[in-house]
Amino acid sequence: MRRAVLLAPLWAWLLLIVAAPVLILVVMAFAIPADGVPPFTLGLRFAAFVMLVEDFYYAKALLAALRLAATTAGLCLLIAYPIALGMAGVQPRWRLPLLALLMLPFWTGFVLRLGAWIGLLRDEGLVNHLLRGLGIAEAPLPLLYTEGAMLAGMVHAYLPFAVLPIFTALIRLDPALWEAAADLGARPARVFFSVTLPLTLPAAAAGFLLVFIPAAGEFVIPELLGPPEAQVIGRVLWQEFFQNRDWPLAAALALALLALLILPIRWFQRLGAGA
Amino acid sequence: MKSGGLVRAVMLVGFLFLWLPILLLVGFAFSADRIPFQWGGFSLRWFGALAANERLLEAAFLSLRIAAASATLAVLAGGGIAFVLARFGPFRGRALFGGLIGAPLVLPEVVVGLSLLLLFVALEGLIGWPAGRGAFTILLAHAGFGTAYVAVVVQARLAEAERSLEEAAMDLGATPFIAFRTITLPLIAPALVAGWLLAFTLSLDDVVIASFVSGSAGTTLPIALFSMLRLGLTPEVNALGALVVLWVGSALAIALWLLWRRA
Amino acid sequence: MLIATALEKRFGPVQALAKLDLAINAGEFFALLGGSGSGKSTLLRMLAGFEAPDAGALTLDGQDLLPVPPWARPINMMFQSYALFPHMNVAENIAYGLKRAGVAAQERRSRIAVALDLVGLQGLEARKPQQLSGGQKQRVALARSVVMGPRLLLLDEPMAALDAGLRERTGLELRVLQRKTGAAFIMVTHDQQEALALADRIAVLEAGRVAQIGPPQEVYARPATRFVARFLGAANVLEGRMQDGGFESAEAGGVIASGLPAETIAIALRAEQIRLTGAAEAPCTTGILEDVAYRGDDWLLIIRIQGGARLRVVHNAPPPAPGSVVGVAWGAAAVVPLFA
Repeated sequence: MRRAVLLAPLWAWLLLIVAAPVLILVVMAFAIPADGVPPFTLGLRFAAFVMLVEDFYYAKALLAALRLAATTAGLCLLIAYPIALGMAGVQPRWRLPLLALLMLPFWTGFVLRLGAWIGLLRDEGLVNHLLRGLGIAEAPLPLLYTEGAMLAGMVHAYLPFAVLPIFTALIRLDPALWEAAADLGARPARVFFSVTLPLTLPAAAAGFLLVFIPAAGEFVIPELLGPPEAQVIGRVLWQEFFQNRDWPLAAALALALLALLILPIRWFQRLGAGA
Repeated sequence: MKSGGLVRAVMLVGFLFLWLPILLLVGFAFSADRIPFQWGGFSLRWFGALAANERLLEAAFLSLRIAAASATLAVLAGGGIAFVLARFGPFRGRALFGGLIGAPLVLPEVVVGLSLLLLFVALEGLIGWPAGRGAFTILLAHAGFGTAYVAVVVQARLAEAERSLEEAAMDLGATPFIAFRTITLPLIAPALVAGWLLAFTLSLDDVVIASFVSGSAGTTLPIALFSMLRLGLTPEVNALGALVVLWVGSALAIALWLLWRRA
Repeated sequence: MLIATALEKRFGPVQALAKLDLAINAGEFFALLGGSGSGKSTLLRMLAGFEAPDAGALTLDGQDLLPVPPWARPINMMFQSYALFPHMNVAENIAYGLKRAGVAAQERRSRIAVALDLVGLQGLEARKPQQLSGGQKQRVALARSVVMGPRLLLLDEPMAALDAGLRERTGLELRVLQRKTGAAFIMVTHDQQEALALADRIAVLEAGRVAQIGPPQEVYARPATRFVARFLGAANVLEGRMQDGGFESAEAGGVIASGLPAETIAIALRAEQIRLTGAAEAPCTTGILEDVAYRGDDWLLIIRIQGGARLRVVHNAPPPAPGSVVGVAWGAAAVVPLFA
């Protein structure tokens, strides 16, 4: 009985903050856009979904987003593994400082860091300034507002989240495992591929998904660093909502994105449950 | 497990990649040049310009207030949820409970932002609260996803802490509530603090969700910065970056030093 | 003083306690002996109040104990992991229960001093648990429980985490402590030597039930069941049946004993009470010496007798070579009949 008292408000909070909004998204997707505030009236209109399916623009946006997310997550993993291995390999008393060093960029503010990238990559930015100064380039290279800049910003923002799960898994492993492998004749690279990698695979998968799922809906980085053609779903949703004031379409887009991400999300929850 | 030279080198490059933009941002805050990221001699003028930028300062204070309040709410709710998950054993709907907790952690911000806004609109239509959108709805939204993060952090700590400590306390005459207050709470205090800081930072950093749920009333710092950056870059951003890095860096250094001393 | 009646407890598919009956007398040192899965830890937790039985009764001095929560029972427990509060020092740990009971600061201090004295840890009040050795932690856990002056103290494998040398000494100190405080101690252990050495009475638990209960000598010399016999170090248990000619055991190759009650279904023979026969003596049976292990004070011999059973025999002199045929014999008094 005492438990019910503690459980009830928590259930209420959860259902209100997490479950209800999704239901409301569904309701909104069927609503009718209108003028006025708020810009819709309730109804049963399928046009939003029809538009999603018929206009290839939206499908392309979803695909572009998934591609960006996958590339970002993949790159992050590639860089995260050495970082995590390096961090796990130092003496235990240096681990906490290294962890702080890893997470500090995260604590300094997302938007500020993007400002730094802009400052570096724009036509009058530091990189071009250096290139001109060194005589390598005459005219400024268009570094900003490119796919490359966008990707750099994405990886820079999401990297710590790929490192953390792998690092945690590494320090939980029995160090005797590596010694045993070496004793049985395995060279360091072999040890990595035959022992370390298989054992940290779930953590690596978790790291991948931890980047992939939120990156699929990323808006700010493509908007600030990417080319205008990079119409990923996050940007499209934002535009439909804020510029076109088409709330039902935005809701339908959000649902489409959620539908695409259901499997990765379930996979991620399953990984977390196993840990 | 010592790691080889190649791994160490890549790790160093990785850290460099993370840090170089930030260090450059901070470094050029002290440049007199009006063009950002160009060196024009040492100067503190941009810090002065920042102090005079009322719009930015107002946005900063608003963000700080929202962040502190939402982090506190998040710790209360998240701590409670974590306690339930870690200590209550099986109960009906537990899997759903656990699954719902983790959801905000991974969902894309645009989805979370849009759905929370619609929730607030619906609530307003149904019961008249929350009235309008602005700082308060931002607060609610941030408390909402902050709760998820706090719950995860605290639950991890609770799972580690020995159950038998609470039982020992009860065996010695403490009711469950007193056992919680005298034994569990002190032990998870570091996790609660870490959770608060995490929720605080996430709130302070958030552009997308705040944009969706706030309407036009009141701007937060990240939103103001975002608008600025869309148009161009001024060295005031460098100055702000330098201040933030200084602040966070010293807070972290102090925390580390305290932990180092304890060990 | 404490009476448990027909306690039952099931965890999923596992029946931890199966209609268990037990009675503990005031002031006695009682040992609960059993292997893993025998239900001893479940029973202990039930006495402390952390588990509730599915069925059965539990009374203390005639009062029903089941509805009383752990913090209200005059029973204290020493946990196997010691469960010392890491954010408090030794004195604060010991003071915890006294504070909950509302004891005044002055009296708390003197009682803590007495408790530390009893366990031999004077001077360590300000240390934190992380700074203590395993043996010291155990004593603090003990002091913390003992300072409450309980009528009944539950000890969950108190010596399990100590190394062998420390165990024996600590066990004897434990008994001294018990006599001094006058509380009843219930000690859960899987170590039969510990139980035999320290307890006034032993209960051997098997599969959630009490297989036998009694003073150590009785349980050791006259085990009631095959399980108890094996658990208490009777290395040799031979199955069989009483026939006209005597106790006949297929695995022993024939009639191996006589004059036993008709209900005997097995006999136990201690390894120390079997001897190798010389040329002149008639053996009880013969067999092949399979293996020899030198143990310093004696040799342990494994002898495969006719019928296939392997006897463990303790021999005090250099034995014949493995492979030889040997004869074994024992006195009639060494045969312990088992009926279950």
